[in-house]
Amino acid sequence: MQKQSIFQSKLLPYALVAPQLAIVLIFFYWPALQAVIQSFLLQDAFGLSSSFVWFDNYIELFKDPAYFEAIVRTFFFSFAIAVSSLSFALLLAVMADKPLRGSMLYRTLLIWPYAVAPPVVGVLWIFMLHPSLGVLARYLRAAGVDWNPLLDGNQAAALIILAAAWKQISYNFLFFLAGLQAIPRSVFEAAAIDGARPMRRFWTVTFPLLSPTIFFLLVVNIVYAFFDTFGIIDTMTRGGPGTSTVTLVYKVYSDGLLGGNLGSSAAQSVILMVMVIVLTGIQFRFVERKVTY
Amino acid sequence: MANVTLRNVRKTYTGGFEAIKGVNVDVGDGQFCVLVGPSGCGKSTLLRMVAGLETVSGGEIDIGGRVVNQVEPADRDIAMVFQNYALYPHMSVFNNMAYGLRNRGMAETEVKTRVDEAARVLELSAMLERKPRQLSGGQRQRVAMGRAIVRQPKVFLFDEPLSNLDAKLRIAMRVEIRKLQRRLNTTSIYVTHDQLEAMTLADILVVMNGGQVEQIGNPLAIYEKPATTFVASFIGAPPMNLMSMRTEEIKSQLGSAGEAGILGIRPEDFVITDQTPAGGVALPLTVEAIERVGAETFIYGSRAEDEQRVAATPGELPPGEVIVRVPGTEAPAIGQKIRVAAVRQKLHLFSGDGRTRIEG
Repeated sequence: MQKQSIFQSKLLPYALVAPQLAIVLIFFYWPALQAVIQSFLLQDAFGLSSSFVWFDNYIELFKDPAYFEAIVRTFFFSFAIAVSSLSFALLLAVMADKPLRGSMLYRTLLIWPYAVAPPVVGVLWIFMLHPSLGVLARYLRAAGVDWNPLLDGNQAAALIILAAAWKQISYNFLFFLAGLQAIPRSVFEAAAIDGARPMRRFWTVTFPLLSPTIFFLLVVNIVYAFFDTFGIIDTMTRGGPGTSTVTLVYKVYSDGLLGGNLGSSAAQSVILMVMVIVLTGIQFRFVERKVTY
Repeated sequence: MANVTLRNVRKTYTGGFEAIKGVNVDVGDGQFCVLVGPSGCGKSTLLRMVAGLETVSGGEIDIGGRVVNQVEPADRDIAMVFQNYALYPHMSVFNNMAYGLRNRGMAETEVKTRVDEAARVLELSAMLERKPRQLSGGQRQRVAMGRAIVRQPKVFLFDEPLSNLDAKLRIAMRVEIRKLQRRLNTTSIYVTHDQLEAMTLADILVVMNGGQVEQIGNPLAIYEKPATTFVASFIGAPPMNLMSMRTEEIKSQLGSAGEAGILGIRPEDFVITDQTPAGGVALPLTVEAIERVGAETFIYGSRAEDEQRVAATPGELPPGEVIVRVPGTEAPAIGQKIRVAAVRQKLHLFSGDGRTRIEG
């Protein structure tokens, strides 16, 4: 059946989508275009003039060992955040899926952290783990841990991973719970009758049947760890100590706005843009294929 | 090979709802027991209790001389076929059937022998490498059966296994299940709401209603002598005509059975005649509707006397309506007045509340 246009005028449909298009063009395409242009320019120290330098900014970046470190660090953070948050969320979802008294309350509470904005998450964890103010830091110290994320880069990294993973657990939990509930109960019952003990049942039935959800969440979590952790890093460590918690996104900010190197910052953001396009592409590809097992 | 005995089995949910109110059933070794009843009568709950998927609130479940109330489903030596088949969607047909064997640590060569044998019996050999989603409904059903038989359990449990199939396939699978069970001679408990399935499959039929057993016995014995009006209207299609016996006319015709409150006559026990058999019952009817199905014809008639209303508790007929089944396609015209009669031996008499059968 042919779908017929119900609009009399040809202009009306365009007029109706115009506001949304304007927002997209002004706030997304225009800055993106600016970034691409900026990435080919080199500014003088006072920002008075700029010259066209072709790919010099990019070449400079790839020669810079600090940039390479940031790439490795970002991948490590992403991996650590995704794995820890996914596995913890899966554990909670499997437990929440059992028919328990008050399970609704339990589930609601587990979803709450998702509503907290990333900078607030950062502040929250700082309050708990700040070396001189933190409540938990005192216990850590009492337990003999030399806890000082303000000086120790590894501890600072652990802190970022912890806070970022914690925030993402809620989101993952929600999808895992929905995924678990989509599996017919009788499949688990059949496995129980077939003599599979709970652990084996999890690894041979639950886990494979959740694999589409796991893959989807893996991509979402990597995107999250790449881009949305900015607020957490900025409130908790500001990239420090030294550069031990500077990720690619944070480097765009610190090189550009703090360091004033707009050309390099723009080149970095163009690289990030390409990465996010690739990741989104993978995700779309995957979402189209509904069944993967 | 094992007997299954249920002794005063009860199930009470945390809310206080009593799903099973004390059930006693004894299924002999190799027998095929069918639990039948309307939805919500507790038949599936009872089966799931035997499987170990529901806890037992009271009484004992005994499989092969061992009380299994506290035994895990895996250790009860049972196999179950689910209504939605519950196949593992990510495993091939072969792995679906092999899963239970591998979990028990069986050697891979033995696993292969058993699965291949089951696949041969169920004509699944050509599709062992396929995934469940690549199979038709009937094939999935057979895989579910295969998964049960490879384990060679003491007891098969079936939870409405045919209700997701179309009518034609349902009949074919029904026969297959019966043949398979006869050949393997494994004690089986089968849950269904379809009285035809129940009649054709059962060695012992258990008719359930409201968490209680209404009647247990041989299917034909139940058909011939239903113990309550519920059983009378549930077993047999179309259902038995049930009518209250307020009018002195019928009471006097029946003579001795003066205390009876409800009279039941199966549609197939009526004959169209002007005579009244001695001790039998005759009813004048006005033909309201005719259903011809080829080999037989159903006549829906309304009775003249308004006060002779149908009083059966689970009655499926509107008041005053009577179904008559006649062989062939010969039938009176709609609106015609006819007279039907049934002989004394074919009358079923029940107490006024429908709970007791009166032999007279």
